Amino acid sequence: MSAVLEIAGLQKTYRSRKGVRKALDGFDMVVEAGQVHGFLGPNGSGKTTTLRTLLGLITPNGGRMSLLGKEVPAALPEVAGQVGAIVESPQFFGPFSAKDTLSLLADAGGVDQRRVFEVLELVGLRDRAKDRVKTYSLGMKQRLAVASALLKNPRLLILDEPANGLDPGGIREMRTLMRNLAESGMTVLLSSHILGEIQLICDSVTIISAGRRVAAGSVADVLAQHSSTSVRVRVESDLDMPAAADALREAGVQVSLEQDHLMVRNVDKPAVITRALAARELYVSELAPVTVDLESVFLELTGTAPVDGQHRQVDQSALNPAQGAWGQ
Amino acid sequence: MSLYKAETRRLVKRRFTKWLVIGSLVVLAAIAAGVFLSNQKVGPAQVTQAKADAERDFQGAVQQTTQDQQRCEAAKGTADAANWPPDCSQLYQPSREDFDYHNYMPSTFAFKTTFTVMVTTLAAIFALMAFVIGASFVGAEWNSGGMMNLLLWRPQRLKVLGTKLAALLVGLAALTTVTLVAWTGFFWLVGKLRGDTNGMTSGVWQSLALTEVRALVLVLAAAALGFGLASLGRHTALALGAAVGAVIVFQFGLVTVLSLAKVRFAEAFLAPYWVSAWMDKSVKIEDWNTCDFSSSQGCEPATLTITWPMAGGVLALIIALVVGAAMWTMRSRDIT
Repeated sequence: MSAVLEIAGLQKTYRSRKGVRKALDGFDMVVEAGQVHGFLGPNGSGKTTTLRTLLGLITPNGGRMSLLGKEVPAALPEVAGQVGAIVESPQFFGPFSAKDTLSLLADAGGVDQRRVFEVLELVGLRDRAKDRVKTYSLGMKQRLAVASALLKNPRLLILDEPANGLDPGGIREMRTLMRNLAESGMTVLLSSHILGEIQLICDSVTIISAGRRVAAGSVADVLAQHSSTSVRVRVESDLDMPAAADALREAGVQVSLEQDHLMVRNVDKPAVITRALAARELYVSELAPVTVDLESVFLELTGTAPVDGQHRQVDQSALNPAQGAWGQ
Repeated sequence: MSLYKAETRRLVKRRFTKWLVIGSLVVLAAIAAGVFLSNQKVGPAQVTQAKADAERDFQGAVQQTTQDQQRCEAAKGTADAANWPPDCSQLYQPSREDFDYHNYMPSTFAFKTTFTVMVTTLAAIFALMAFVIGASFVGAEWNSGGMMNLLLWRPQRLKVLGTKLAALLVGLAALTTVTLVAWTGFFWLVGKLRGDTNGMTSGVWQSLALTEVRALVLVLAAAALGFGLASLGRHTALALGAAVGAVIVFQFGLVTVLSLAKVRFAEAFLAPYWVSAWMDKSVKIEDWNTCDFSSSQGCEPATLTITWPMAGGVLALIIALVVGAAMWTMRSRDIT
């Protein structure tokens, strides 16, 4: 499998009167051909800056990038015809219709006008194609944005939050579309905050936090690397919970006392738990292994899990509070 | 070529462009209709009528003067004498020269002498239109995110901006040329039907053609200026704001201050003088602060003549600076 997108040591620094801010701090990413690749990160982590830099809209301060095997931004005019992209929220000239918008883009890119109707059909805008874009809902604009990216029939499709504003049916349609496109050989890079969707449709992911890559690989690998053998335990009476915790600690396992249950970590065999509790005549009413999902891995890696009584600020991470913020 | 075709289509498709063009053409049509209706052809009947009107007014003035003299003589020695000169012969005596029949002639359209004014009128209206179309053509693209979309398709910033500018200028050049031809044809007809077309030698036609070329250049310069300013600010409003600011700061504020400070030729800072010099070949500014008045010599102010090459040079410099700066920022600034 060959890489269609490679980023190494990408750096972007913004300078202002408030100081210097590193939006990208040596970021790396690799997307293999034919994959649906998820690109995840909290707000302000550098996702959109990465995509804009990759597409030549922002000039980086350092690092190397390549698309379809060609160094960009130098070779961008050469490869642009094979890369379809939407960056951030869909933006179009409101007074034009969807058909006119796509038709003008097709003219600018030398694409056959027949393709305009194909992509409008594909994203479900056929019947509203002659309406002015300013009458569209956010979800419809999103569909139009995806249509504009698909117009070139690209080899690499870069979509920034494509499900933003879509209704549940639209999200499911988008998921199916991504899968179909990947099956047809198209590589899809998908930036999204809907982690459940990413877990469902992506083959691999890159997680960015404070301008740096914090995890990368297949979804299964990333989950496996960050899953722990945790078990949720309840006993018959809540009053016995402290005694049960003591019994388990004496048995040599890590345990934390939660509001209505015990969380036991790093246990290879659940029988250790039942045996230790039964020895103290404490009987288990629930013993459930905790499965890790992408959302919990994301929150753990980026340090952005909500904390009671605290209001986390954009750019703020529990792991590295200063990273990404404006500094001298 | 595909990008140029797309940008030309985009320009023509925009409703704002259509309405501005239609609005400008309606204004021109109203002016043309007004000129047509307020002029008439002059023949022997009009001359006879004018002479009769002049004679009637002359006779009326003579009669009035006779009455005034009688009242003046009668007032001598009375309190009313203060209202009359001591010598009643000093009262105004009308002469036939004061009632020249030419002043009683109806308005007529002399193509040779009047049409250049109509060309300047068209140039002024179209220049205003071109400035706003130029500004909105690129400003709305920046503002709506259309420019970013386009750059994702054609990641060649200077080529994209240059092609947009070329499509704008070619489109406006075509529109202005066609309108100028129609304008010339219409007023030639007005001259034939409501005036005269006398004295139109090849030299006069050549001069007229050059005036029309200068009108075309003025329209295109206004378009490029609006385009450049809006591109610099990435918003239509910046160009319009800059235009309003220039009018307030330069045309009113600066000239008022310079005039108060008795700076020589303060009017040279007024854009209309330069536009006038460009269209009318030259304009003379007089510095009344240097006027040395004497009863025998009168006032002889110092003069500054702005010629059309000078005006053209300044225009070219401004356009080069603004469009050059727009290209430079397009090349170097991040698109966020």
